[in-house]
Amino acid sequence: MIYADNAATTAMSEAAINTMTSLIRDTYGNPSSLYEFGQKAKEVLEQAREDIAKTIGADPKEILFTSGGSEADNQAIISAAKLGEKNGKKHIISSKFEHHAVLHTLNKLAKEGFKITLLDVHENGIIKPEEVAAAIREDTALVTIMYANNEIGTIQDIKGIGAVCREKGVLFHTDAVQAIGHLHIDVNEENIDMLSASAHKFHGPKGVGFLYFKKGIRLTNLIEGGAQEKGKRAGTENVPGIAAMATALNDAVNNIDKNTEHLTKIRNKIIAGLKEIPHSALNGDENSRLPSNINFCFEGIEGESLLLLLDDKGIAASSGSACTSGSLDPSHVLLAIGRVHDVAHGSLRLSIGEDITDEEADYIIKSVKEVVEYLRGFSPVWRDLVAGKTQFIL
Amino acid sequence: MALYSEKVMDHFRNPRNVGVLEDANGVGTVGNAKCGDIMKMYLKIEDDIVKDVKFETFGCGSAIASSSMATELIKGKPVEEARQLTNKAVAEALDGLPDYKMHCSVLAQEAIEAALKDYESRQEEK
Ligand SMILES: Cc1ncc(COP(=O)(O)O)c(C=O)c1O
Ligand code: FES
Repeated sequence: MIYADNAATTAMSEAAINTMTSLIRDTYGNPSSLYEFGQKAKEVLEQAREDIAKTIGADPKEILFTSGGSEADNQAIISAAKLGEKNGKKHIISSKFEHHAVLHTLNKLAKEGFKITLLDVHENGIIKPEEVAAAIREDTALVTIMYANNEIGTIQDIKGIGAVCREKGVLFHTDAVQAIGHLHIDVNEENIDMLSASAHKFHGPKGVGFLYFKKGIRLTNLIEGGAQEKGKRAGTENVPGIAAMATALNDAVNNIDKNTEHLTKIRNKIIAGLKEIPHSALNGDENSRLPSNINFCFEGIEGESLLLLLDDKGIAASSGSACTSGSLDPSHVLLAIGRVHDVAHGSLRLSIGEDITDEEADYIIKSVKEVVEYLRGFSPVWRDLVAGKTQFIL
Repeated sequence: MALYSEKVMDHFRNPRNVGVLEDANGVGTVGNAKCGDIMKMYLKIEDDIVKDVKFETFGCGSAIASSSMATELIKGKPVEEARQLTNKAVAEALDGLPDYKMHCSVLAQEAIEAALKDYESRQEEK
């Protein structure tokens, strides 16, 4: 199988598996226990915090461990909202194509009387810092913009957006779940106040993540209970998972340059190959995008059948088609970049892994071409397009 | 567990009666407003029998499998029987569909209904 769905989740690295399994077996003490065996677990936990902090230029005290990216997003946004509310600030700025962990949290706050501005992401999936600046009001409590988009892979000018927020004295959070471990990130250099991360997107385990929060930001608890994480997140820590996350992140960050070079080459090759398919279009900016992300729309076909046939050919991928979502709505990300329903229907996301080979890239291109042609062969929509009864969009 | 039953996957991978029927005398196209999928049925009816049937589908795996199965269920059958084909029968013949994919089988039923209606209106014109 060619696993081309690394934006959904990644395989754990051998090193992370080793860290995790050895800790599960040998270091099962509770970090809150005072005896040596518990304190050993505490040491592992704090070492992981230090290692992780270092990868983004943060202080270990600024790292809060969570159950993943969703929890980190929720806690960052709720915390900023509560802080703002105290000062009468109830306006939040975000974008139309955020992950649902952000959008649904904002919906919840909207019901509590917060005003939410969702910035347009344009056809290329990029938000300009000036647009953020223009949206900031007297009562803006938070700007939350994702670092890299999970569907179309577009990367924002985080440093620029952060600078705007600093200048105006507004808190800035970024969902960096898709970026961390894949792009160089320095929270100070990039003016980031809060940042969400999830281990399973960089070859760590699922169900583990963290929130970076700049010194001085008072977090609001989502989970009440014991005094773990300085009282900001109750529950006995997932020590093996957290330590495995640190192992995985260290490895990922150390290999960013090497991986970027290889992935970018393969990504560009696949993009060039798929562009040869008539009436297709790349989704999202061609240059400012994750080295692993390829996202296309093919007119006249539907994404789920495309995925199933690629699966038959041994390629695991994903789509923003309405039919692949239980809700029957097409991807909000594709709609946000202006793809109409019909076109969003025929979308394909390939998120390639670092070990992908040239031959595999060739095979992917060939397979997608075959499947698209096959499906168009009995698509009434395609027939009408070719016959000129309807107009091509792409 | 796989998303779909073996039967669904079989009809999806090897759709029966797929394509265009040049000499059809009843053609129906329907779409699902919600998911945006579109199905087209071509019928050739003679002596009140569905002599031949073909389909074209722009849609998900279960939409393609449903159209394929529906064509098998009505091919060679009296028109009256074709008229009574329900989406439930299509889904059952496919060994079931996930709940949120039941509407795909509705599309197949509606496409046949639309094609029969077209056939009737053509008969009236004669
Ligand atoms: C951009 C983004 N944010 C948040 C999440 C949620 O992360 P998790 O699955 O760890 O809760 C994901 C992963 O699906 C993501 O891609
Ligand atoms: S017809 Fe669209 S989900 Fe099946």
